[in-house]
Amino acid sequence: MAEISIRNVAKRFGDFTALHSIDLTVADQEFMVLLGASGCGKTTLLRIIAGLESPSQGEVWIGGGRVDHLPPRQRGIAMVFQNYAVFPHLTVFENIAFGLRMQKLAEGEIQHRVNRTAELMHIEQLLKRYSGQLSGGQRQRVAVARALAMEPDVILMDEPLSNLDALLRLEMRAELKGVLAESKTTTIYVTHDQVEAMSLADRIAVMNKGRIVQAEKPIEVYRNPAARFVGSFIGNPPMNFLPAMKAENGSWRVADVVFKGPTSEHDEVAFAIRPEDLAPSGTGLPAEVRVIEPLGPHVLVTCEVDGHLFRAVLDSDLELKRGQTIRLAPSPDRIRWFDPETEQSLQAH
Amino acid sequence: MEKRSLPYLLLLPATLFLCVFFIYPFLLVAWQAVSQDGALTLEHFRTMAGHWKFPTAFWNTMLLALAVVPVQLALALFMATLVTRMEKGRDLVLYIWTIPLGISDLAAGIIWLAIFEQTGFLNSMLVGLGAVEQPVAWLGYQNKGTIFLAVVLAEIWRATAIVLVILVAGMGLIPKEYHEAAEVFGASPWKRFTRITVPLLRPSIQTALILRTILAFEVFAVVIALAGTNFPVLMGETYHWQFNLQDRHVAAAYALVILAISIAFTLVFLRTLRVPREAQI
Repeated sequence: MAEISIRNVAKRFGDFTALHSIDLTVADQEFMVLLGASGCGKTTLLRIIAGLESPSQGEVWIGGGRVDHLPPRQRGIAMVFQNYAVFPHLTVFENIAFGLRMQKLAEGEIQHRVNRTAELMHIEQLLKRYSGQLSGGQRQRVAVARALAMEPDVILMDEPLSNLDALLRLEMRAELKGVLAESKTTTIYVTHDQVEAMSLADRIAVMNKGRIVQAEKPIEVYRNPAARFVGSFIGNPPMNFLPAMKAENGSWRVADVVFKGPTSEHDEVAFAIRPEDLAPSGTGLPAEVRVIEPLGPHVLVTCEVDGHLFRAVLDSDLELKRGQTIRLAPSPDRIRWFDPETEQSLQAH
Repeated sequence: MEKRSLPYLLLLPATLFLCVFFIYPFLLVAWQAVSQDGALTLEHFRTMAGHWKFPTAFWNTMLLALAVVPVQLALALFMATLVTRMEKGRDLVLYIWTIPLGISDLAAGIIWLAIFEQTGFLNSMLVGLGAVEQPVAWLGYQNKGTIFLAVVLAEIWRATAIVLVILVAGMGLIPKEYHEAAEVFGASPWKRFTRITVPLLRPSIQTALILRTILAFEVFAVVIALAGTNFPVLMGETYHWQFNLQDRHVAAAYALVILAISIAFTLVFLRTLRVPREAQI
């Protein structure tokens, strides 16, 4: 059992506040991804959980015990670093065995565990080599094997795939997911890559400017962004936003179309729709086509609606010309609304 | 063609300088050591080895290097670890610790002479405290042990900083992640030092050891200041034969012995502290 609980954790570097009062609970065996742009505090949070950084306030609990005063080695964690940190002066075998030797395990047990994890990560033929003789992908595998060999309750991963080329990243992503599901550890995984986050996570914690904006299942984060930031950060292309003016009896006017919407004391709110939730229709939003990008399965159309940039992912059979005005109708159940001041989601009724 | 010859042209002045002011004098000295009136001879080496002071000078030099260099290495490793961990005032501490490097070795010897001589600070203090009744002749010819100790102390005080500077630079080259990874994977501070820092510092340790050992075999001014001729060392004997006994041939033989020892130790360090190419950072 290794539930991780972060309570009211903040981190300040001089005048700069990297983390504002973070509360987050990661369930036992859950795969939690911390997602955010660089500088949002996700790595700092991970390092605080690891014990490589100490919080300015708050508590960190792992497996029912408070650990924020303990050094990393007493926290029952293993970590995969962004630059792998595979020791250059040790062979692959000794790298994987490093943590086990520190625990003073019997030689037989060390051999057994190293061989098993090496096999799991498909690097059993590299055990006698040094880090300098490995490719980036192989080093990555060694770093993961070193963490898995510890059989830890918690594995922390700091952008482990960011230094790999695109193809290798795809391959490692699928492999990591399988291996970690098998190992039954609690995982916290830091990334700035939303696709990685969506594909790996049980839950995604989206971070912005030192705060967790939303921590939910990937599909929830995608479908129901808790804040405008989440909608614009997740999804490629991201969510479309248009200003909506208050009309009669709880309706809102977007461009020249009226939609049922939430109640708000403001005269203007933000209307939001994902590009793939649009379809050509006689009654939709008037959109002037600017750029047409055929992507194979569908076509990405960049238009202008009411003077705002607006993207739609449409069927590739559709015949479109630049400068043409089309009407795009949003699926009613996919429309989202955001408060103009707090930028939080507004519940439609 | 011009492009290919350019590097050699640029190297030429330095090479010429070395040839004229280093290789040529060296060959002259080597020739002096093995010749008499234009004929080859080993007579000068025989004279040197047969002199009663030679074994003493040889072993004194060896013992001194053996006592000084390991202590300096350990001390410098410790100091470098402290300095590297400092967040503020690091440069200031480094400057202060390297002050002795700016003092000539003769001056360093005289400073320690002021402490150890009969009317020196140590005796004044001991007499003042009532620990001894009258000043002790620490550096008298009958106190070989204290002479040795005084020279060792002066050498450590004077030249540890050069090892420190090399090691601090080397430690700065070790990426922080290795220490963090070791920390996460269960290594205590001591284990991190022995399993990560020292192995990754091997190239710097090698450089520092070679430099310090060669200098230790050339120890001269500190010994002269503290012990005069009461504590013969190889370099002191070279000087003695050259200027007091006016025998350049034997002095040249001594110089060659020092050179041979230096080369031998350098080779040992190069070999034992070698880092295989694939295991480099």
